[in-house]
Order: sequence, then C-alpha cells, then structure tokens
Amino acid sequence: MGRKEDNIKKAQALMTQHSMIRNIGIAAHIDHGKTTLSDNLIAGAGMMSEELAGKQLLLDFDEQEQARGITINAANASMVHAYGDKEFLINLIDTPGHVDFGGDVTRAMRAVDGSIVVVCAVEGIMPQTETVIRQSLKERVRPLLFINKVDRLINELQVTPEQMQERFIKIIKNVNDLIMKMVPPEFKKDWGLKVDDGSVAFGSAYHNWAISVPFMKESGISFKDIYDFCDKDEQRDLSKKAPIHQILLDMVIEHCPDPIIAQNRRIPNIWHGDIESEVGQSMMKCDGKGPVALMVTKIIMDPHAGEIAIGRMYSGSIKRGQTLHVLGMPNPNRVQQVSLCVGSDRIAVDEIDAGNIVAVNGLKDAIAGSTVADNPDMEAFEKIVHYSEPVVTVAIEAKHMRDLPKLVDVLRSVAKADPSIQVDINKETGEHLMSGMGELHLEITEYRIKNEYDVEIQSSPPIVVYRECIDKPAGPFEGKSPNKHNRFFITVSPLEEEIVKAIREGTIQVEGKIKDSKVLGAQLQEMGLTKEEAKKLVVFEGSNVLIDGSKGVQNLHETMELCKEAFKEAMVRGPLAEEKVMGVKVKLMDAKLHEDTIHRGPAQVIPAVRQAIYGAMCIAGRTLQEPKQMVYVSVPQDVMGGATSEMQQRRAVIEDMEQDGDLTVIKSKAPVAEMFGFSNDMRSVTGGRASWSTENCGFERIPRELQQDVVAKIRTRKGLKPEPYDEHYYSSA
Amino acid sequence: MSHLIFIGLGLHDEKGVTLAGLEAIESCDQLFMEEYTAVLTGTGHEKLEELYGKEINFLDRKAVEDGGIILEAARKSRVAFLVPGDAMSATTHVDITLRARDIGIETSIIPGVSALNAVPGFLGLQNYKFGKITTIPFWEENYKPASFYDAVADNLEMGLHSLILLDIQADVPRYMTATHAFEMLIEVEKDSNKEIFTPDRIVCVVARAGSKDVLVRAGTLAELRGEDFGGPMHSIVVPGKMHFMEAEALVKLGGAPKEIMD
Ligand SMILES: Nc1nc2c(ncn2[C@@H]2O[C@H](COP(=O)(O)OP(=O)(O)O)[C@@H](O)[C@H]2O)c(=O)[nH]1
Ligand SMILES: [Mg+2]
Repeated sequence: MGRKEDNIKKAQALMTQHSMIRNIGIAAHIDHGKTTLSDNLIAGAGMMSEELAGKQLLLDFDEQEQARGITINAANASMVHAYGDKEFLINLIDTPGHVDFGGDVTRAMRAVDGSIVVVCAVEGIMPQTETVIRQSLKERVRPLLFINKVDRLINELQVTPEQMQERFIKIIKNVNDLIMKMVPPEFKKDWGLKVDDGSVAFGSAYHNWAISVPFMKESGISFKDIYDFCDKDEQRDLSKKAPIHQILLDMVIEHCPDPIIAQNRRIPNIWHGDIESEVGQSMMKCDGKGPVALMVTKIIMDPHAGEIAIGRMYSGSIKRGQTLHVLGMPNPNRVQQVSLCVGSDRIAVDEIDAGNIVAVNGLKDAIAGSTVADNPDMEAFEKIVHYSEPVVTVAIEAKHMRDLPKLVDVLRSVAKADPSIQVDINKETGEHLMSGMGELHLEITEYRIKNEYDVEIQSSPPIVVYRECIDKPAGPFEGKSPNKHNRFFITVSPLEEEIVKAIREGTIQVEGKIKDSKVLGAQLQEMGLTKEEAKKLVVFEGSNVLIDGSKGVQNLHETMELCKEAFKEAMVRGPLAEEKVMGVKVKLMDAKLHEDTIHRGPAQVIPAVRQAIYGAMCIAGRTLQEPKQMVYVSVPQDVMGGATSEMQQRRAVIEDMEQDGDLTVIKSKAPVAEMFGFSNDMRSVTGGRASWSTENCGFERIPRELQQDVVAKIRTRKGLKPEPYDEHYYSSA
Repeated sequence: MSHLIFIGLGLHDEKGVTLAGLEAIESCDQLFMEEYTAVLTGTGHEKLEELYGKEINFLDRKAVEDGGIILEAARKSRVAFLVPGDAMSATTHVDITLRARDIGIETSIIPGVSALNAVPGFLGLQNYKFGKITTIPFWEENYKPASFYDAVADNLEMGLHSLILLDIQADVPRYMTATHAFEMLIEVEKDSNKEIFTPDRIVCVVARAGSKDVLVRAGTLAELRGEDFGGPMHSIVVPGKMHFMEAEALVKLGGAPKEIMD
C-alpha cells in the first residue's frame, strides 16, 4: 500500500473522532502563496508526491487556474498528520485571492473553524488581507498567521537579520491590530496572535520550510540559522530540518479549535433556530448520531460525475443512498455518493460524520448556501452573505442555433455553482445576460462555458451595471389603470441609509418571506423607520421597500399581491434606464378600486402602480449610480508619474500615496466603467514594473454632467428611445 | 358630424341586437367592436360584417382602454362602438363616454340584452332580489383573488340572490365553465368557515343564454358539481331567501329538488 492509500485509510478512521479533527482554510491577498502552501501541506502529509508539490499546484486543479496561476475556486483536501503521539485529520480549503472571486472566500469560511492567513513578507498587509481577516472573524473562525516568502526577503531584498525581525514585528502588529478591531468581544482575550505560543509561523512555501518559536525551542534552530541557510542557498537542507507541513500543521492542531469546541461557539452565530431543539443540541455538540445538518458551501462541476456539493457536516452522518431535503425545495434528493476530497481526487466512502467537510453527489437541488437536512422542517443556516454585488455584464449568445436550449441549462448551472454570477435568461431574443464581479470573473466563466460545457458562444464586450436612485422625497403621485377605474397614490423617498447598508451587508433578513416581523420591525425602527412604517411593511426588493400607508381601502388585501408585483418590476427596471433601483422607500398612500375583481385584475393594477412609482420617482429627481473600485497600485519612483496620470485619465480620485521603501503605493477610487483594459495600459506605462489590486466598493452617484449622456447610451443599447419619459407621461398613461 | 353611439349587441349571435341598434349601425360611417367583456359565441366576424354590410374594426383591450382610435374617428364622423351584451352593463366603457363629452363629441346609447337580466329570467328569479354582482376570474400563479366569495356571503346575509359572471379570456381563447367555477368556490370554502358552498347548497347554472340550446339547471352543489353544461357562456346564480314562486320556478324550470318548496 502506498503512503497515500495508507493515509486515506487513516483519514477514514479519524473521521468519527471529533477531537482529532481540524477544519482549516487558507486565505490571503492574491499571489501571497496560498496555493503553493496548500500543495506543500498536502504533499508533506503524504497525499501527493513530494516532487510535484509546489510545481504542479494541485489545488489549482482547474485548467484555467493553472493557466492563469491564480486560484479561482476554493478547492479542498483532507490529510492526516501526526502530532505528539497522536494522529489528526486535517480538512483543508484553499480560497481564491482575486477580488473578483471574493464570494468564494466568504462561503469557504462557513465550512472551517480556523484560517491560516498568509502574508507575503515582502509586500506586507494588503487590502485583501484585511478583507479575509474580516470574513474569518465574522464567521467566528480563528485566524492564524503565516509570514511567507521569507526567502525573498533575504535573497532578493537582502535585508539584514535585524531588518528581517523588524518586518516580522510590523506585520504581526498590523495583523493583530486588525484582529482586535474586528474580533467578537468574547474572543478578544484569546485570539490575539503571539510569536511565543506558535500561533505565528514564518517560512517559504515555495522552498518548503517554515519555523515557529515552539519549533525553534524544540529543534534548536534559530532565526540566525534560517538567515544563513537562505543566504548560502541551502534551503533544500532547511526543508528537511524544518518541513513546512510539520510546523504549520502543528500550529493548526495546537491553535485551531476542534469541531466540538468550534461548533459550540459558531452555531448560535450561523443558525437561528431553537438551540434547545434536538438538532440544535446535536450541532452544538457535533453529534454524529443526531439529525443530518449539512451546510453546502460550494458546487463544483465534474465532467463525469456532474454537480457535486461540497459542504460542512454540522450534525449527524451522511450516507450513500440516504434521502435528504435541500431546504426550501419541494422534492427530496437522494445521496448517490459520499466522498472525501484529496485535491482533484475524490475517494468514495460509505458515510461521513459531523465535524467534517464532505463532497456529495446527487443533491441536485443544492446551491452554494443551501442547508441539507433529513428533516424538511429544519430551520436553515443563516444565509452566507457576500457584500459585493455584480458590477459588469456581458450578453451571451449561442454560436449555433442547435445549442440554444443547451446554453440555457448551462447558464443556470453556472449560476448555481457560483452564486456571485447572475444570469438573466431571455428566451425570446436568445440573448442572455451574465453579470459578475469583474472583467476577469466573466472571462473565466465564459472560458468554462466553452471548454467545460462545450458550448460555443459569442459574447458582447463587458458593460457596466448601474443603479437608479432618487434625490429627495416626492408624491403622492397618482397612477391610473388602463381602464381608468382604479387609482393608486404613491410617494417615494430615499430609504434610510442605515437600512440600505444593513440590507447590503445582510444584517437584516429581508429576502423571501419575512420570518419574524416583530424582530425585523424593531430593528428597522432603530434604523430610522417610524413605528407605523415598520408595522405596515409589505415587501423588500433589493434595497428597496414597499410600505402600505393607506387606511381602510376595501378589497386592498386582494390587490396587494399585484401591487407587490408592480413594485418589484419597477425596482428591477427603473424609470431612468431600466437599471435596478436602490435605496428607495415606496409608500402606497391611498387606492380607489373598482367594485368587481374582474376590473381590477393584473392587467389593470400592475401598470397603474408601476406608473405611480415611476411618476413619483421622476418628481423626486432620478439619479444614476455607478460602481466604483478601490485601486491600489504600487510602483517604483521613476515610473510613478506615468502611473498617476494613467489613473487620472480614468476619472480616478487619488485618495492617498504612501511611501514603502523605494515603492510608492497609490490608493485611488475609480469608476468601474473606466477600468476596462486597465491591466494592459498600466503595464505599458510602467514597463511592467507596477503591481496592483482592486476591490469593488459599492455604487456612487455619477457626476451630474455625465448622467444624461450615460443614460442615453444605456437606453440606446437596450433599444429604448434615448431620453427617459417624464412625469407627464406617467400621469397621462 | 361627430357622434359616438354605444350599441349593445345582445346575447349569443348576430340576431341578439335590437332593431334600433341595427338601424343605428347602418347609419354609421365606421364600426368598432370589442370582445373582451363578453363574446357572441354563436357567430363570427364575417357573419356580422355581412349582416351590417360594413367592415368592422375589431379592437383588443389595450386599444379600447387607450380609446384614442375610437375618439379620433368619432371626432370626424358618425361612429358605432359595438359591445356584446348591453353596451354599458358589466363593462367599463363609461370612461370613453366621458372623454368623448369632454372633447365635444355627442354620445348616445342603444341598450342591448344582457346576461344581467336574461339569466334571472331563465331561472324565474325576481330581479328585485339580487345583490352585488360578482365575477370569478381565472386564477394565476401568484394571484388568487377570492373576493367573489365575500360578495356572495354578503348577499346571503341579506337574503339576496347572487349573480356570478365567469371570466372569459377571448384572446387565449378560454371561457370559464360553471364546473371550473364550482371547484374554485369549493377551494375558497376550505379556507373560510362560512359554510356557503357546502354540498347541499342550492346553486343554478344558465348556459348559452339567448341561443336555441339554452340550458337551465338548478340543484345542490353536490349534484351540479359533476355535470357537464356544454359550450360557453355559463353563468351561476346562488339564490338567497326565496319567494314561494321562485322556489317553484327553480324546481320546474331547472329541475331543483322538490324539498326546496317546503
Ligand atoms: N520565492 C518565493 N516564491 C513564492 C513563495 N510562495 C509562493 N511563491 C510564488 O508566488 C506566486 C504566487 O503563489 P500562489 O501560491 O499561486 O499564490 P496564491 O495566489 O496566493 O494562491 C507563485 O509564482 C509562487 O511560485 C515563497 O515562499 N517564496
Ligand atoms: Mg492560488
């Protein structure tokens, strides 16, 4: 039996011993070395050949990922590691670092109990470092620190041993500051990182070595020795003396909680059912004999096996052949296969127990974020929220007529696997819209459609997604039904900013059926709604809300369904350019209805309410909002001028410039609309010597002088007349 | 010469129109017709045009509700707007009348026979004793209004009869049958505790009023629920407190159980 097979055997045996399990994610800013580290951990633990590790990038198993050298999907792997005289099972998830795939990081954090935050010793803390620490803490996942690429510090930057120490101290302090700023209060005391206790490690993922203070004490190797090994180009020897997997997996076992402790802390945060119930207690205790509760964090597509759901078992044990419910879906699904992941290999097993990360075939209704249970009435896990909204769209068409129906299926499947992709299927025109987090995100998804799903497609150049909003309150505006027998009076006003923020960040639950309207009402009142408004809340659509402010209108209850529909339509397509509306409070003040249902059906009420909303928005002053990005560019002095003027040409506002050695970091905010082709242009003005990262940062009002022009362009593209209609149009209709 | 005449075409086929209506049609320069509030199921477009000796401009709901095309024509000539049934009952055309008046177009009305009075007649029920008229619309995925049930409940409370009209979707086309309507009423009954559409509730159906094969039925809901009333159009009546003559009529004209006469 090979070492790998032997380890798979051991892994199976450990799956049911919860105190011997650790679930850990690796997260970092792009290029800081996550994938290299994961691969070497897996190889070191005997799950792949050592020669390949670090060269093959096992976890970048997606062809695209290997070609581009970035991790797109959070891949996962289980391994066995001996610590002291015991063996442990470590379930590992590598997460993507590119901002466009941030949604995946958030979801991966739901599956794990600890995270290794990798920070490059040369670059230090970068914007995504902060983001992943925040995501980790939000899920009550303890962050540990690995300072990577120490070899480069010594060999390339040629720092002195003292300078090296200074850098380490600075990075650790910065990470600790971030943790202390964002950590839930009850963990403040315990979750700070300390060099002495081994919750921080240093090393080179590429050269396969690492050290920590406990390891230094045990082995007698000192910082000075490290420095010398690198300096003398003897890292191979170092990797034998201080193998990275041993130091890091020791760190994980020592400082990442086991699933019993972790679930006890995390469940109340991610699940809002009755803790005293059977399933609540079973999850709190990580009981493999309790009811099944699985949180799906990812769907991957396998050309042979089809859709595979990856997720965390919080309670019970999942078995092949079992019938389970994807909560919210009408029909039960049958588990066809349960497996353990080792990079791109999946090893089928009979069952997997609570506290582990599993791969399941057959849960065809599951999407990333689904709760799967044996009891269809179980309370679902809290939605996994990711702050960013899609900001760019491409129109996609099948190249060949015969692929038309297939493309629709493929697009649905793609959206299921990656919830940060949104698709709008248009069966009439055959032109489907696909929206995502950035240019790269869409490019890669297109590549997948072509290569993995085998559909030839044609796509438009990417276009920016806008939002519509209003300036001030207005109304009541009267909307008439086509038969003139029904009238609706509607006011609009900007929704309280705090509420908009809470919706975007998912701190209040507004989607679907409102579960506990009392709790929600109280929250909304705290954020600025009046008591009356909170009580008369009808429905949310995006970050907009419909409130019934009318009194004593007969038969309104029956008509309200139609008002809701009209409200939703109007919020999905605004009056300015048919873009989504954000942050508007719509209030129905009064309605005059025809006596008989037949004269106040959908064909009458929906247009009337829509016109009333549109008309009120016209008077309220419609504004167009564009998506913005933070752009961090670091450049050497001599090409800084070129980089700055490149930014300015793109309507970017430079917010800060910071000196870091001979590099300057330019921090600016730019409209996404101006960022297409940025990579090429920036490379050419700086001779390829700049590096940069970007981060979506929400929507902001477009400059007044540009609005009319941009609106006309969007409308023309959508086949509408260039000028939007005004309030007179909506009152006469 | 700007004149807009609303003409009711009566029931079932081209023969339901009054003589006055026919004469007025012949005197007009242009004819418009709508078919979404009621339909003459016993005839066709060609037959009507042949009878009138003129082309008819058939309008869909959108064009009628917009009204522009009718008003524009009536401004310059004598125009008839043809409506199956009565020109002004069970429809919403008063809006066009008002708008025509506003822009100085003369309007007049030639009434037609409507299900609203024909149906009670076939059943021998007294027109004086009807309450709110209501319509059962086809249910849609997210829109299942049930206020027709409340209308019947209110009428019954006051001892009044209820005339229930049934939805037509002329563009599909589909016509709601009494059988379909009974199932909906029973469905709504489940969610309310008023015990109105119980198996022994007396209900009446008139099918194809105005045609030669008109069908008149009265009986318990349990009995009528399974019956096939044939082609369109169907109407339902739920009798309230009955005069002895009304009860006798339902037995003799509609085959209702004799017990209702006790
Ligand atoms: N010199 C050096 N290069 C490294 C080290 N770790 C990673 N790299 C390189 O840095 C680049 C990015 O690494 P990768 O693991 O793909 O980063 P990820 O984007 O965080 O997954 C690759 O070219 C790696 O070979 C290290 O410790 N030392
Ligand atoms: Mg990677």
